[in-house]
Amino acid sequence: MSDAPRALPETIDATVELLSQGDYVADRSLATVAFLSLRMGRPIFLEGEAGVGKTEIAKVLAHSLGRKLVRLQCYEGLDTASAVYEWNYARQMLEIRLAEAAGETDREKLARGIFTEEFLIRRPLLQALESHNGAAPVLLIDELDRTDEPFEAYLLEVLSDYQITIPEIGTIKAAEPPIVVITSNRTREIHDALKRRCLYHWVDYPSAERELEILARKAPGAPERLTREIVGFIQALRKMDLFKVPGVAETIDWTKALSELDVIALDPETVNNTLGVILKYQDDIAKMQGSEAARILRQVQAEAAALG
Amino acid sequence: MSPDMPPAAGAGGPERDGGSTGGGRFAENIMYFARALRAAGLPVGPGQMLDAIRAVEIAGLRRRDDFYWTLHAIFVKRRDQKELFDQAFQIFWRNPELLEKMMSLLMPVVHPDIEETPAEKKKAMRRVAEALARAQEDQPVGEKKELEVDMSLTVSDEERLQAKDFEDMTAEELERARKAIQRMRLPLADIKTRRFAPQAHGRRVDMRRSFRSTLKSGGDIVKLEHRARVRRHPPLVILCDISGSMERYSRMMLHFMHAVTNDRDRVHSFVFGTRLTNISRHLRHRDIDLALERIGDQVQDWSGGTRIGATLAEFNQYWSRRVLGQGAVVLLITDGLDRDAGEGLEKEMERLHKSCRRLIWLNPLLRYDGFKPRARGIRAILPHVDEFLPVHNLQSLGDLTAALSDLGRRRNAGAGIMAEAEAEAQT
Repeated sequence: MSDAPRALPETIDATVELLSQGDYVADRSLATVAFLSLRMGRPIFLEGEAGVGKTEIAKVLAHSLGRKLVRLQCYEGLDTASAVYEWNYARQMLEIRLAEAAGETDREKLARGIFTEEFLIRRPLLQALESHNGAAPVLLIDELDRTDEPFEAYLLEVLSDYQITIPEIGTIKAAEPPIVVITSNRTREIHDALKRRCLYHWVDYPSAERELEILARKAPGAPERLTREIVGFIQALRKMDLFKVPGVAETIDWTKALSELDVIALDPETVNNTLGVILKYQDDIAKMQGSEAARILRQVQAEAAALG
Repeated sequence: MSPDMPPAAGAGGPERDGGSTGGGRFAENIMYFARALRAAGLPVGPGQMLDAIRAVEIAGLRRRDDFYWTLHAIFVKRRDQKELFDQAFQIFWRNPELLEKMMSLLMPVVHPDIEETPAEKKKAMRRVAEALARAQEDQPVGEKKELEVDMSLTVSDEERLQAKDFEDMTAEELERARKAIQRMRLPLADIKTRRFAPQAHGRRVDMRRSFRSTLKSGGDIVKLEHRARVRRHPPLVILCDISGSMERYSRMMLHFMHAVTNDRDRVHSFVFGTRLTNISRHLRHRDIDLALERIGDQVQDWSGGTRIGATLAEFNQYWSRRVLGQGAVVLLITDGLDRDAGEGLEKEMERLHKSCRRLIWLNPLLRYDGFKPRARGIRAILPHVDEFLPVHNLQSLGDLTAALSDLGRRRNAGAGIMAEAEAEAQT
């Protein structure tokens, strides 16, 4: 985490540059959405298959803008106690006993003393309303599709006013709204009302060229021939009828794994042995193993040779 | 994947103001563009129009693709809207001046509400006429005795209708069956969620509330408050066969799907013949006629062949992870007669079965007493269903209730039937 918060980018080009400083190779469309979101103070809503780098954007934004990253990982049954705030019951109980021992009898005073910020446990949404080093944090609401509808409705309220009401204390409002990034894997449709408040972007798999660039940054030690073949192979896989095609995260993992194994170029046997790194369903692996993988590999290598 | 965009068309391109937004003129163009999008079917509100103007002011107009993605960020809210947006953008910004003129001329005609009016009006008129006619019929004409006779007739009539096969119904009976279906309510057993709510006899202690009530007594009397898991319906996913062999039933099933969709939340409906179509959004229209009309427009493969394996594969690949989460119950409505003779069907059924909480197969063929699982499609489906029910009349739809209220265990009833049939074939 870098120290001093930096100013928001002034142009789209500056946004591309900003993301690239954080080793994020964004295409122009994504940079445009990110730029608009920063300037307009609107949340970005990112949808896309798993492993295309949705979560990464929030991390990179936080890092290169020098902001604190507050992450709210969603799951089914996420409620206000774990997303917004909770009282520290044990400490409150102790406080009461101490007050009693000291002979305190005024109930009103006791209650006032107990429901103060001191006993408040701040969960991500509440943390996101506070500035750090004089700048609003980046709030990452990850995999929103995993929560249920009631939470989505609650979020709607928080995101429109950037304030949270705690009955015992009052309303806490953000001095400066946080930068909000929401991601979804589309395991469930998110309600239109929430999307309307956000800038929407579908994050797609990268082109071969961009994927090469990503590998050059994320797995810098890998031999060039190997990365070319890997990207060619992965791009070919994405065109196939698989249950789950590999994402960018898998490409990076595979490159790192193969570099660890000191592989310089792909061969059918290595591919067969390491398919588990890129394919995560048994059906898909069974489909690819053996002749099919070899066929694609031949094709990729022939194309590479043709290019010189 | 930047879109394939033609170069800015000279003076007509958005850059004509030399990089600045140029005030009112430009805002006007964006407004026209937003209207064009709305006419094309995107849900564009006035708030988005203002957003768009602001966004373009912020992003500037130096590059055409920036301009494209800026508007894209504002107007597109779902992935499937991208295509529409893309086309509208290409057409509109090629020469906004020309289009502006066109739009001002065409606007009243293009506007979707007005476009739809004639058909809707006709329908509304027909309905009003029907309603009026019925009101006249309902008026008591004779004495009380006559009325009683009439009522008893209705009851027996109703019973007969309950047991009558959809296939044998007359048009008038079908109409009445449809009405009966619309009144149908399906109790779907509820399941525990991970969310808690206060409950007097809950099994868990609710610390937050206990503590607050303790404070009322100054901390002396500790009264434990409890909470329990909230229960709710699991999502219901309906996959309905609309091929030729199912024709009579599938139309009734659409009415059924409409009734269920409007009765509860989290119902996802698909129809399939040679391809798969998601019709959930259309079914959410309260008005059944309008809903059916929209479905009719969207679905291309009415009464054609069936490719169960291929369409299920499509469902598994593109939809199952989106609609089968949170313990969904699947209703598969098909006679299992497959054009591809069960090719690849078993594998897809297995996957479907593994991804849902419970799989119920409704099959109209089951009404025949001597039903034997002979067709290869049926044999491929059977091992992977939990419940196996006939669906050919109102009564059988009513029986669904029992099947849906029992979510406790997987029964794998289909496997049993298969085993029986095998044993019989051996002897």
